Amino acid sequence: MKALRFERKIAKFAAATIAGRVVPGRGAKHGPLQLEDVDVPKFPDADWVRLRPRLAGICGSDLATIDGASSRYFEPIVSFPFVMGHEVVGDLDDGTRAVLIPVLHCATRGFATVCDSCARGAINLCERIAFGHLEPGLQSGFCESTGGGWSVAMVAHPSQLLVVPDEVTDEAAVLIEPMACAVHAARAITTDDIAFIGAGALGLLTVAATRAIRPDARIVITAKYPEQRAFAKALGADQVIAPNELTRTLRSTTGSLVVGDYLTGGVSTIVDCVGSEASLTDALRVVAPGGTVLVVGMPGHTSLDLTALWHRESALKGCYAYTRDDFDTALDLVRKLDLGRLVSATYPLHRYEEAIEHAANAGPRGAVKIAFDMRNEKQRNDL
Amino acid sequence: MATNKRAPRPGFVLDVDKSTPPIVFHHGEGFRLEKLPAGRTRILYPADPLVGLPDPDGAIRDALLHPIDCDPLPALLRPGMKLTIAFDDISLPLPPMRKPDIRQRVIEAVLDMAAEAGVDDVHLIAALALHRRMTEAELRHAVGDRVYDAFAPHGTLYNHDAEDPENMVLLGVTKHGEEVEMNRRAAESDLLVYVNINLVAMDGGHKSTATGLSGYRALRHHHNVKTMLESKSFMDQHKSELHHSNWRQGAIIKDAGIKIFQIETTVNNNTFGHDGPLSMLQKREWEWTARDRASFVTMHNGLKIMKTSHKRKIFNSWQAPYDLTSVQAGEIEAVHKITTENVYKQQLVPVQGQTDILTMGLPYICPYNVNSVMNPILVMCLGLGYFFNLYRGKPVVREGGVLIMTHPTPWEFHPVHHPSYIDFFEQVLSETTNPLEIEANYEKKFAEDEWYRHLYRTSYAYHGVHPFYMWYWGSHALAHLGQVIIVGGDTRAVRRLGFRPASTMQDAFEMASDVVGRQPTITHLHNPPILMADVS
Repeated sequence: MKALRFERKIAKFAAATIAGRVVPGRGAKHGPLQLEDVDVPKFPDADWVRLRPRLAGICGSDLATIDGASSRYFEPIVSFPFVMGHEVVGDLDDGTRAVLIPVLHCATRGFATVCDSCARGAINLCERIAFGHLEPGLQSGFCESTGGGWSVAMVAHPSQLLVVPDEVTDEAAVLIEPMACAVHAARAITTDDIAFIGAGALGLLTVAATRAIRPDARIVITAKYPEQRAFAKALGADQVIAPNELTRTLRSTTGSLVVGDYLTGGVSTIVDCVGSEASLTDALRVVAPGGTVLVVGMPGHTSLDLTALWHRESALKGCYAYTRDDFDTALDLVRKLDLGRLVSATYPLHRYEEAIEHAANAGPRGAVKIAFDMRNEKQRNDL
Repeated sequence: MATNKRAPRPGFVLDVDKSTPPIVFHHGEGFRLEKLPAGRTRILYPADPLVGLPDPDGAIRDALLHPIDCDPLPALLRPGMKLTIAFDDISLPLPPMRKPDIRQRVIEAVLDMAAEAGVDDVHLIAALALHRRMTEAELRHAVGDRVYDAFAPHGTLYNHDAEDPENMVLLGVTKHGEEVEMNRRAAESDLLVYVNINLVAMDGGHKSTATGLSGYRALRHHHNVKTMLESKSFMDQHKSELHHSNWRQGAIIKDAGIKIFQIETTVNNNTFGHDGPLSMLQKREWEWTARDRASFVTMHNGLKIMKTSHKRKIFNSWQAPYDLTSVQAGEIEAVHKITTENVYKQQLVPVQGQTDILTMGLPYICPYNVNSVMNPILVMCLGLGYFFNLYRGKPVVREGGVLIMTHPTPWEFHPVHHPSYIDFFEQVLSETTNPLEIEANYEKKFAEDEWYRHLYRTSYAYHGVHPFYMWYWGSHALAHLGQVIIVGGDTRAVRRLGFRPASTMQDAFEMASDVVGRQPTITHLHNPPILMADVS
């Protein structure tokens, strides 16, 4: 079957790193991602089912992987070669349409006794993502055993499936997974004065989730491009500003003074939906003493001056993935807010280079979410 | 110094015909040459510079010794008294004048008399209200090195600080509910001498002290949208609510027992000199000599390729060779009446009827960017505030007409001088350009912002509320005009102001035709040098 598979090829990885630095998304052309004919993954045990992807989104972490920009931290928690794609809506063999909950937690790995995190429902913090009867992999889409959404077929554990109601379009459904991340982040926020850095898909969805969960919050967000600004407003931001206005705006809105590069006051919660060195540095400059920088965008190897973090007793808190409950809420929000409109373009698998480049340049090209569309793939319908 | 031998000619209205040469438009730190439509365009030219007083120092001394409705200055001075001399700040005159500045001449004369009378408790205060503090160099330029060195090291020459609660005193409230406050040292002095340079008709009078030595608590009563909408224009004292409010506050100051000896001065229109590199700018284009044309072309082309920072440095170094045309001292209102007549004598140009389109070229400078950057808010203020309001009677442009201005309008701000302007531009104008909404929703927060207050008091920043006042200054024009177009401006910045950008003057006329039709009448305000249209 056709699948976009990422292989462990050092030379190609190096080429992707260079190409990705020159033109974002260009790693798809020169790197280890290939469109190949592969076998349909075997069922790890009798509980597993086959999922034939309809749409599968391209996420920021996918782009970092393709462009060779992701951290080596992931090496032991992925397994090569893996078929990419973890934002998936697909069909089960019985015709049920379902969204994949890609985290590969204890239950999916065949453990009779689950870890403490899984026991309390925090599957995103599963302690056994590299163990059990599956190859290592923090999620489907990064695990050799399961396959991924950028293909015509993959396998999924029943605990990984959320049935999609008929009235929810595929375009809306493919946003449920990133929306679940957003809901999880929004639930981690504990104050009503919030500034978001970054208005890509994740930033926009997190604004929407935060507005739903904290209706009285005052939300400021940085956005580079006109479409991002319009969506940010529409999804609940009170104030949309240019990235270079962040410090001035928060100084002004919080009535803060300035010492050196830092606000003496600031906003109590910064939600960093970019995760870059620059965005984290900015976040630490404008977060209030005792406040929290919530890292929602996937960071990499980063150099930061943490003196202010120490001195101002601010916190840097990671925020990864979701729980099952977050998914349920995400489904409700995606349906209620008609978020299918955020899917800007879809591509067939064979045009993956274009798709990746489009996704990597979504902002400047006026797009939010780019996805692969397998609905017309002949192989998929023949399976 | 070279002088103009010919008797100064009054202002002039030229009807443009096919033989009229291209007209110079100021365009920030540069110029544009524009051919204006024949048969329906008129150009308002300022009067030639009036002849200056032959003996400025003698005239000043004479004014102090023979004041109007007041005892001579020496009679008001006595040993042991508290004397405060307040003077206009960096915003006057424009551009800054060549040395010696009039303020220096007047202050030296006052200090001579004070010394003769044995007065030794003297303070000098730059009456800057909510403007930025003057630097040492700027103070030295205004008062002269001798005065600066005699007073500044002892802490008796300084900038007014409207945010120093210990040194501001509430004097009372007018019948209209307007609070009146003043610098404590000035208010508690036995005599307050105010030294004014009256560049335009709105300057001087009670405004010198009621505004210049005041703070936000009092200024907000007239620096607001309602006052500006009721000032038609604020350059016309009889029709200016701004003037009326200052006069009411002045009455409270008088009732509080504060004795003020007002010294007002006027200068002529000799902004660019009778000779020198910019002299052609105060000539009428058809009277340019071959040398004028060559100089202009060289300068114009040079400026086109020069970096903005270099251009700014060159223009900011220009000092006008103004001549003193009058000096009068004594009781504020009596003095100001004569001052205003002298301003009008230089600046008024009779104009018959209104026009569909008013064009103006905005120069590199306005009262709030001396040695600084003309940011987009100041572009708005200069065009729609100052230049639009340079009329008596009726606005030059009819209601619903179009204003076309030329200025590069860069999205650029001086970070030290205008920090609150940056936030105003980014955070307020991005939401609304409606002055009433801006006033209601944002003013108080900016005015009371601790950071802006800190920068105003300790750095060289305009007060947090100042960009609001700049926007209010254009309220009357915004309400009056059907459209505002800026030619040659930064497109994004112009749009943020709520105006329409045009690449060329022809494009601007084409855009204006949607509002005023295909054959509109056009009037060009050939300013600076400053003129004030007396529209009948």
